[in-house]
Amino acid sequence: MDLRQKRYADTVVLSPVGRIDHSTSEGFKAALAPYMARCAVGLDRVLLDFVSVEYISSVGLRVLMLASKQAKTQGGSLGVAALQPAVKEIFDISRFTMVLDVFPSVREGLARLSPPALAAFDAG
Amino acid sequence: MPADERLTVKFWGTRGSIPVAMTSAEVRRKLIAALLRASGRTLDTPEKAAGFLERELDFAVSHTFGGDSSCVEIVTGRRDYVLCDLGSGARVFGNDVLATRGPSGNTFHAFMSHPHWDHIMGFPFFMPAYTSGNRIRIYGCHADLEEAFRGQHAAPSFPVEFSRLPAAIEFVRLEPERDYEIEGLRVRPKLQHHGGDSYGYRFQVNDKVVVYSTDAEHKLDDLAEIRSFADFFRDADLVIFDSQYSLAETTSIKEDWGHSSNVVGLELCQMARAKRLCLYHHEPVSDDEQIAALLAETRRLEEITRGDRRVEILAAFDGMEIAL
Repeated sequence: MDLRQKRYADTVVLSPVGRIDHSTSEGFKAALAPYMARCAVGLDRVLLDFVSVEYISSVGLRVLMLASKQAKTQGGSLGVAALQPAVKEIFDISRFTMVLDVFPSVREGLARLSPPALAAFDAG
Repeated sequence: MPADERLTVKFWGTRGSIPVAMTSAEVRRKLIAALLRASGRTLDTPEKAAGFLERELDFAVSHTFGGDSSCVEIVTGRRDYVLCDLGSGARVFGNDVLATRGPSGNTFHAFMSHPHWDHIMGFPFFMPAYTSGNRIRIYGCHADLEEAFRGQHAAPSFPVEFSRLPAAIEFVRLEPERDYEIEGLRVRPKLQHHGGDSYGYRFQVNDKVVVYSTDAEHKLDDLAEIRSFADFFRDADLVIFDSQYSLAETTSIKEDWGHSSNVVGLELCQMARAKRLCLYHHEPVSDDEQIAALLAETRRLEEITRGDRRVEILAAFDGMEIAL
């Protein structure tokens, strides 16, 4: 799975596209891995822009859980933003909104994760 | 079972891990909610009151999901009884048999998921075991199944030694992934992830299939395992599924605790093209409102993820019957 990437100061915004399910989750995990390796204290923060994600299954949510655990272990910050309504419901029902940092929009996610990243985002 | 008869599943115990009972505070909360809804109405006969309860109150107000631990009956239409697990619900079932069929001359076939306490604890209070002339066949894949049953009857845990039970009790060791013909049912056990292992059972008679799959954790990144369970559930009329935890719990603080979630149950049923998913082995901490909310959320999840086929979603309660 290709992840579009944009950098705002110390924060990388990654944008997966389509469905994250049993057929795509391994690709999603592999694509995420190099960014998660740098998601650590003093390095990068990572925000996943889910605006183009149509569906996520349990195995895709597990990839997010593993990424979140890795970020916490490394002292990093990971967030998920801009969920489509159906995907937001899946997060709610699976209780992932209780264990991941989920934001209504990329801007609000950046505001929480990193003020310098928000400034860079607003500067265009 | 004759081809024109329906298979029925009766739930005698649906709670996971440990039996629970409603507290006085919970009963009071239900009564207050019901009385408020009844305000201004004339409910001056039992019929009017019963009709009001059925039509106008939510299930979580007018009923309870119950608190007995695992015990499910598969009614085949034959004389012998078929059960899955002998948790505390088996006590209620045994008393019902005494009341409806009499104390002796009955045969029971019990298929055990595993010998953890909540799945065997009803047996010391299973009255048919205390009457000669009854026959009890206990099936399972665990080598130590008989030892577990005998152990809970031994001092200092219980006053009646297993060897003193008058009923004829036999233990029958099964092998997973093999088909057996028992009491008109084709039965296939399957190994599941759980501490000390557990086994699910696929029961088939004529064209009806019931899967009993409790105390099972599913490793989401193991595609072969996911596919093997989808095959085990394939085209089932009913899948009774351990949904004790949320998906977030099973992938974080309760990973490797040996249980599953509503989300994974639905995905497996969708992959398997099963007709009904029954949420089962309810978390003992959950009250009726929380289990009702779990049911509503799972139905909503089914709506927003539905492909070309609907899966009917149910939540088991003690006393529930499903005719297939």
